Amino acid sequence: MSVNLTLLLVMGVLYAVGIYLLLERSLTRILLGLMLLANATNLLLLTTGGYAGLAPIFNKDMPASAYNDPLPQAFILTSIVISFAVTAFMLSLIYRAWLLSRADHISVDLEDLRVAQQDLYDDEEDSEIAIEVSDFHENLQPLGKRETIRGMGPRRPRPPHGKEGKG
Amino acid sequence: MNVAHLAPLAVVLPFLGAALAFVLIKHPRAQRRVSLGTLTITLALEAWVLASVWTTGPVAVKLGGWEPPFGIVMVVDQFSSLLLVISSAVSLAVLAYATGQGAADGEEGGPVSIFHPTYLILVAGVSNAFLAGDLFNLYVGFEILLTASYVLMTLGGTGSRIRAGITYVVVSVVSSLLFLIAIAMVYGATGTVTLADLALKLGELDPGTQNVLHILLLVAFGIKAAVFPLSFWLPDSYPTAPAPVTAVFAGLLTKVGVYAIIRTETLLFPSERFNTLLLVVALLTMIVGILGAVAQTDIKRMLSFTLVSHIGYMIFGVGLASVLGLAATIFYVIHHITIQTSLFMVAGLVERRGGNSSIARLGGLAKLSPILAVLYFIPAMNLSGIPPFSGFLGKLGLLQAGVADGSAMAYVLVVGAVVASLLTLLVMARVWNRVFWRSTFDAENPDPVLLATAPDASGVRTMRALRSSKHVDATEGRFSGENEIPILPNMMLYSTAGLVVLGLAMTVFAGPLFDLSQHAAAGMLDRMPYIEAVLGAGAGTP
Repeated sequence: MSVNLTLLLVMGVLYAVGIYLLLERSLTRILLGLMLLANATNLLLLTTGGYAGLAPIFNKDMPASAYNDPLPQAFILTSIVISFAVTAFMLSLIYRAWLLSRADHISVDLEDLRVAQQDLYDDEEDSEIAIEVSDFHENLQPLGKRETIRGMGPRRPRPPHGKEGKG
Repeated sequence: MNVAHLAPLAVVLPFLGAALAFVLIKHPRAQRRVSLGTLTITLALEAWVLASVWTTGPVAVKLGGWEPPFGIVMVVDQFSSLLLVISSAVSLAVLAYATGQGAADGEEGGPVSIFHPTYLILVAGVSNAFLAGDLFNLYVGFEILLTASYVLMTLGGTGSRIRAGITYVVVSVVSSLLFLIAIAMVYGATGTVTLADLALKLGELDPGTQNVLHILLLVAFGIKAAVFPLSFWLPDSYPTAPAPVTAVFAGLLTKVGVYAIIRTETLLFPSERFNTLLLVVALLTMIVGILGAVAQTDIKRMLSFTLVSHIGYMIFGVGLASVLGLAATIFYVIHHITIQTSLFMVAGLVERRGGNSSIARLGGLAKLSPILAVLYFIPAMNLSGIPPFSGFLGKLGLLQAGVADGSAMAYVLVVGAVVASLLTLLVMARVWNRVFWRSTFDAENPDPVLLATAPDASGVRTMRALRSSKHVDATEGRFSGENEIPILPNMMLYSTAGLVVLGLAMTVFAGPLFDLSQHAAAGMLDRMPYIEAVLGAGAGTP
């Protein structure tokens, strides 16, 4: 099987740039990275079909080797459709994340933090029964610290309505 | 004509149902009937197909009449049809559960009406993946179910679901890309993607090329199956989704990955090249997964970690590559689909009843809701492998296969499996002790909903029959609103109970099921029945 060197080089560059972008923390860059990776994979599929040939429309007089291999192109079409759908969905997710938190980056999992910060020793059962049964039990962290744990921090005032477009 | 030729309907019917449910998006009641009806018919059909292939070998369905390896082929064998039946039964139960929840919460007309069509598409994708007879169709099946799962995962679009959803989508897309790269390389190396044809041609390749293709496929499927170290995404994303969605994801999605790993290991690459690697990975998945579960304080997250841990058992059986090991894996897969799903459904009910899914904020549920306690206890003991439940039988099969293998590595795995099982019992018992057994007032920070419905210190129950939102403090947003919201709708209870009973039935009928698994495993390790069913008699012999 022979392959096209230009396609291979382009594919390699796309993979490299795609993986670099994927490792970013910004959601838009991650999406761009995924799109580049999908296109690089499409090129990889294309190269498995060998050199460009004639359109595969059956003709008795034509030797089979003159045709292009149509199967990888069918694969690519399917993969383009799928990556189109996923990209559209990702865009809507990113937009929603932006609406909710005004931030375009992956946030930390709060429950993960909570698990990581719990005491090593977990006094298992009812060795001491809590007397106070209110929602704000003394075991909890002080209020100020709690807010930082939850990753919210003091809430920033939203900018006045007219100036939002700049972000 | 064999009944098995009707198997593609298992994909077509849910798609048609999804289309119809989408048209009926403004009519929630009709939509519910359509989706429940579709899944019931599909389940009946699949049961019929399973009965027809119970004793026979694989049957290949040539779509459009094209001869393999040129056309698309679907293969029905004992393993795939068994998985079809179990997955449809589980998805029907979860759909009934979700319907009960939706009807109770009065979400008619809201954005949630997208749930039914998406759910049916998810089922179609799962069926397609189980039936796929070529690698690219398997990819398409994966993509159908993944795209549907993206939508289900982020239903409602709350902050935590968006955060979890993004992680989930990115990880899934990367694994799909790896799978697509593997397909491209497989096609470049052999010029075919039909599994049966690949089974013959891959063996003739250069060993180095085989290694690359093999490891690429394993990594792609390993991410989907949540095998350590590719499992980090699962406990991060599953718990935030709505309860029925988490339940069906936990039951089905990872098992599709396990199914693909089993096909790769038995059909495509029968050589024992990576078996030691699989065993090591299985051990780490079991131990690391369950240690993660021990650290959790949230029931849903804890269950997600046990899910990861128990994937390790399945990989253990695959790595042994013996008939007994594979048979035990098949049995364990169907057991685990049922049990893990019912546990997540119970967790959803606990969250509804107690207002929270954090262990520290719950207590005394055994007294408050005995039926919930029973529904939790049975699958919890089943998952931990307490005799005589099916979990015990499946683990016993795996341990026997490990001992029969006799290598030092297999013995390490046997010990690891027992330790993971004991730790599963530990976390299950901890949830039992805290959430169900202790008094409500021993809870560290009891949830307001729980307090409002618990008897006070002198044992007098002020509000025993809490049934609707009107009785709960309106500051607790969950139950506020104009509609009366039953806290434990009958439909949710019945569907959960149905699945628990299915798990018990698996214990009672473990003998025939294990025989079937053994038969299926022998056929899969032999490979020839599968190859000859697809490519015609005599295809396997040079």
